Amino acid sequence: MHDHHAPPGFWRRYIFSTDHKVVGIQYGLTALVFLFIGYGLMALMRWQLAYPGQPIPIFGKLLLAVLGPDLADRGIMSPDLYNSFGAMHGTIMVFLAIVPLAVGAFGNYVVPLQIGAPDMAFPRLNMMSYWVYFVGGVIMLVSFFIPGGAAKSGWTSYSPLATIADPVHQIDGQTLWLIGMVFLITSSLLGSINIITTIIQLRARGLGWMRLPFFVWAQLVTAFILLLAFPPLEAAGVLQLCDNLFGSSFFLPTGLVVGGRPLEVSGGGSPLLWQHLFWFLAHPEVYVLILPAMGIVAEVLANNTRKPLFGYKSLVYSAMAIGFISFLVWAHHMYLTGMGTKISTFFQTTTMLISIPSVIILTTLMLTLWGGSIRFNTPMLFALAFLPMFGIGGLTGLPLGFSATDIQLHDTYYVIGHFHYVVAPGTIFALFAGIYYWYPKVTGRLMNDFWGKVHFALSLVFMNLVFMPMFIQGLEGMHRRMYDGGATYAAGPDVAYGLSLGLKLNIGISHAAWLLGLAQVPFIVNFFWSLFRGRKVESDNPWQATTLEWATPTPPPHGNFLEEPVVCRGPYEYGPVGPGRDFVPQHLSESPLEPAPVHVHGREPLTRPQLV
Amino acid sequence: MQDLIIKLLHLPPLASEHGAEVDRLLFLVHLLMVVLFVGWSAFFLYTLWRYRQRKHPRPDAVGVRGHLSSYLEVGVAGAEALLLIGLAVPIWARTASAGNFPKPEESTVVRIIGRQFNWIARYPGEDGVFGRGDVKFVSQQNPLGLDPDDPAGKDDIIVENSEVVVPVGKPVIAYVSSLDVIHGFSVKPLRVSYDAIPGLSNPTWFTPTHEGNFLITCSQLCGNGHFSMRGLLRVVKPEEFAAFLKEKRAAAAGPVSYE
Amino acid sequence: MHAHAASMTIPHTVTPRPDTGLYNARLGIWLFLASEVMLFGALFSSYILLRVGASEWPQRQLSIPLGTLNTLVLILSSISVVMAWLALKHKEFGRFKLWQGATVLLALLFLTVKAFEYHDKFTHYYVQTRDGRSWTGHLEGKPFNLTLARLQAGATPPTEIVFHPDAAGHGRTGGKTDHAEALRLPVSELVKLEAFGPWRNTFYAIYFVLTGLHALHVIGGILVLGYFWGPGSRMWFREPERFTNRIEVAGLYWHFVELVWIFLFPTLYLL
Ligand code: HEA
Ligand code: HEA
Ligand code: CUA
Ligand SMILES: [Cu+2]
Repeated sequence: MHDHHAPPGFWRRYIFSTDHKVVGIQYGLTALVFLFIGYGLMALMRWQLAYPGQPIPIFGKLLLAVLGPDLADRGIMSPDLYNSFGAMHGTIMVFLAIVPLAVGAFGNYVVPLQIGAPDMAFPRLNMMSYWVYFVGGVIMLVSFFIPGGAAKSGWTSYSPLATIADPVHQIDGQTLWLIGMVFLITSSLLGSINIITTIIQLRARGLGWMRLPFFVWAQLVTAFILLLAFPPLEAAGVLQLCDNLFGSSFFLPTGLVVGGRPLEVSGGGSPLLWQHLFWFLAHPEVYVLILPAMGIVAEVLANNTRKPLFGYKSLVYSAMAIGFISFLVWAHHMYLTGMGTKISTFFQTTTMLISIPSVIILTTLMLTLWGGSIRFNTPMLFALAFLPMFGIGGLTGLPLGFSATDIQLHDTYYVIGHFHYVVAPGTIFALFAGIYYWYPKVTGRLMNDFWGKVHFALSLVFMNLVFMPMFIQGLEGMHRRMYDGGATYAAGPDVAYGLSLGLKLNIGISHAAWLLGLAQVPFIVNFFWSLFRGRKVESDNPWQATTLEWATPTPPPHGNFLEEPVVCRGPYEYGPVGPGRDFVPQHLSESPLEPAPVHVHGREPLTRPQLV
Repeated sequence: MQDLIIKLLHLPPLASEHGAEVDRLLFLVHLLMVVLFVGWSAFFLYTLWRYRQRKHPRPDAVGVRGHLSSYLEVGVAGAEALLLIGLAVPIWARTASAGNFPKPEESTVVRIIGRQFNWIARYPGEDGVFGRGDVKFVSQQNPLGLDPDDPAGKDDIIVENSEVVVPVGKPVIAYVSSLDVIHGFSVKPLRVSYDAIPGLSNPTWFTPTHEGNFLITCSQLCGNGHFSMRGLLRVVKPEEFAAFLKEKRAAAAGPVSYE
Repeated sequence: MHAHAASMTIPHTVTPRPDTGLYNARLGIWLFLASEVMLFGALFSSYILLRVGASEWPQRQLSIPLGTLNTLVLILSSISVVMAWLALKHKEFGRFKLWQGATVLLALLFLTVKAFEYHDKFTHYYVQTRDGRSWTGHLEGKPFNLTLARLQAGATPPTEIVFHPDAAGHGRTGGKTDHAEALRLPVSELVKLEAFGPWRNTFYAIYFVLTGLHALHVIGGILVLGYFWGPGSRMWFREPERFTNRIEVAGLYWHFVELVWIFLFPTLYLL
């Protein structure tokens, strides 16, 4: 039906394209830019943490010129600016960088290919979800430049602070944050509906549930989490927007006294209501950050151990269990808000429960290595490093999960260390693995392996130098979101005990963080250089992989497959199968050399495609 | 043992009774974490070396056999369950469950109220009863809005300079609250931390075991002065505490009263 | 590398997939509605939490007759939306147009009634004077959403307002029969003057959010249903089956909108 259309023009092809691959690339590039911005904010904040009150070199002048003396007097970061950057670092990293990269880019690009579909189920919705995301991102960026600056109440936006932090401006950073979030949430909803429908409806013939690559499973569970967890945040956002703009009091209790004067609101609201709604989203959200990463790691590990995944089914069931339990643990972020023994026991128990499937997934991935024939290419290195890094992040979640130990660790750098280990050397490494791994499929060229390894080694070292000392800071009692890096809490003549080592570590951490940024230069150069100069792939399947995306032309054309693929086997049939061959792609029948017709009920017999 | 834990985990020195239990749990969890991490790391590194492609060009047709992994997983779950039931829940039940609080008559009762960006301490005075309050009475002289007609409030003592004074060796019941936004009342050496939420009064209790001045930190982001919201918890001898109350009461009976 | 030929099209846009029994859009709309359930579920939970935590909760503030009328209107529209789909199933395009048009008109009627109710709230006031007395009622001339600040900001600020308090024991707002004496209150004596908007108390806040969000859904429904009634209906002549599916999907959405109202009406008007 679509065969005889004239080729679409530039706009339709690259900007308002409905092709899942173009949309995926758009998501990916935009998200990488946001990753960079998110890092940039943090790099500036780390100056203030290491050298409180000193003008920021080079960038200080820029900040002064752009934001004015209210926020960056003499190039010194003001407390308000620090809080803005902190809130926006978290927001940008989570909602504008990692999720769009993991779900928007990889989900979009890879899922239809891996299930043998010509596109997403709703291509126009797909395009819209990208553009809605884009608008949300622009709104977030614009908020830096309005009077008063961007949102400054943390990425968690706790009320009442979020409502009264900027009493001067009617439309303040928080307002734009909320409006931006509504866009981002809408985009995620559209995207998740699309991914779920695609996976359920468009699987190729023969691709039963237990033949799906684990990556597809991870995306499916992720999409369900997005679908069901995001709406409550949207509701919360609308309520807070009303508080900020229309004077309602959803999250404002009776009797607020601000700056010595009673606040002119009706009262009667509940600050904890916001926290419940927020964490009901935000806890499942953290599994949105990790599940696609686990999916990528599983693909890369299987491919580079040349061996099936150990315990594929337990991976799948664990992912489902995580998806389900993630809706029952949200209040472990709220132990110290005043909960009794019963409620706290419930949430401690669910928190320990949800750590079990994570343990299973990690164990399974580790055991996959045993007996393999391990290739150490760049994607594999990142995927391997993911395991212990996520291990550290996950394990340090345990003392936070017990309310009694959370007393000491809540809102300290221990928490910062915990979740950065999961999202930075964890998820970001997995995403790097994915980029290096699928780059040849997208571009037809390989990224340079040597510079990839340099990128890997430097990133690994500096990630750990940044985040490992934070555990010590946290145990020593250093709180997060401290504009002066905790200097106020140094020991003094009148104090029996104050911070000591933690303050010193600040400096080292900051230097490591800046070097971590520099360590990305080989990646960025490699990424663009390889587009034009990278080694061309000799076949459509350069990694000798089994899954369906490698059975398409490179790069895949509109419609993806030249012939409708039919799946004959599980996703990871690696292993010694014949002389010089150690894998059987999913779409090949028993004997790779003699394609035989198969009968799928009610349809014409079909000849499977020849080997590429 | 306690000293060793503090040294190993680099915790602040301990100055409260229940803190020892918190530290013990913290230590045991970290022990579990280290064991798991070191064990797995050894396995991981060995595997990478043993099965690298150069050494092992053909993958095994079957990987791991046996149930070792299941035992491990069950083991982790069991250890977590033990820590949860054996330590975490009981500690919480004692410190955070209102039913298990010490008797107010045998304790020092104090309200701790956060506001941008300092702390107010409030003692009930001789009658042991806090006076009523309402926002409509709030003024510069009466920041908490005490009701001038409530006799119970007449002898209440309000300390506005971010100092909380308590006697050593006797339970302290603290009601933590806030006037404006959410703050966090946190004294690390005493292993005490509770959110100060406007509209709520969160009770917690602890028994200070050492005299000294301990930092009160604000653990929740509360605005641009959050980083500087420092206070002092002064743990003093009982006599000193009595003297302190007397002095404050005398000052309150002076020119400033809430009429 | 390969000749680029578009060889595959997206399957199951019209015909159901055998193993799931669904065509794509139908699954899509169910997923969308699941997320909508979470959205309204969160708001209903907020309502419960706020109400349980409140020391007093205003009741019977809304016009039950108007609410009942609107409930009937929506119930009728969810019948007509089914009839429109059935008409297509029987290949009667003309009858489809009739029923679909009726649905859109009913939806518009719903919004009109809702607009009257909203207008009522924004012309109903609460005043409080320096000596601590307070009333609810109407201002002379029924101004819309006035505040003290706006009253004083005019070119010639009035020195007093004429206020018609609600009759005593008169629960809901916006009553037509006010028997109480009109009051003349000097503006300088007023400390508070505000209409019954979301700022009034958490009941009004949640009322406006819930019904406002619902109204947005109604507007969305009007746009979609109206489009399929008008320009979108041309698809019937090209791909009748696909068009019928679209009407079914739109109908499912509309049923959800109506279902939400069935929960809203008792929660806000009766309880
Ligand atoms: C992707 C993100 C992600 C993931 C996966 C997790 C996973 C976990 N998180 Fe984390 N968490 C966050 C992101 C994440 N978290 C964020 C962003 C915050 C802070 C939000 C804020 O306040 O701003 C947070 C905060 C947070 C808190 C609140 C702390 C506080 O504010 O006081 C708690 C408390 O229970 C917690 C617990 C856990 C637990 C028990 C897990 C478990 O699921 C972990 C299970 C995993 C394991 C147990 C690992 C198993 C390891 C092995 C088997 C050994 C492996 C060894 C080798 C490979 C060598 N997290
Ligand atoms: C997914 C989430 C995520 C990620 C990835 C990160 C990444 C990093 N974070 Fe972030 N962080 C948060 C989420 C995240 N953070 C959140 C939620 C908070 C809490 C906020 C709050 O208090 O409300 C926080 C808070 C936070 C703090 C505490 C601030 C405070 O409490 O005052 C610190 C301190 O050092 C920090 C540091 C870092 C560092 C050094 C990285 C590094 O790992 C960054 C590494 C990234 C790079 C080096 C960039 C690489 C760039 C590219 C590869 C681009 C290439 C471009 C092209 C090819 C076009 N973060
Ligand atoms: Cu008060 Cu932070
Ligand atoms: Cu969590």
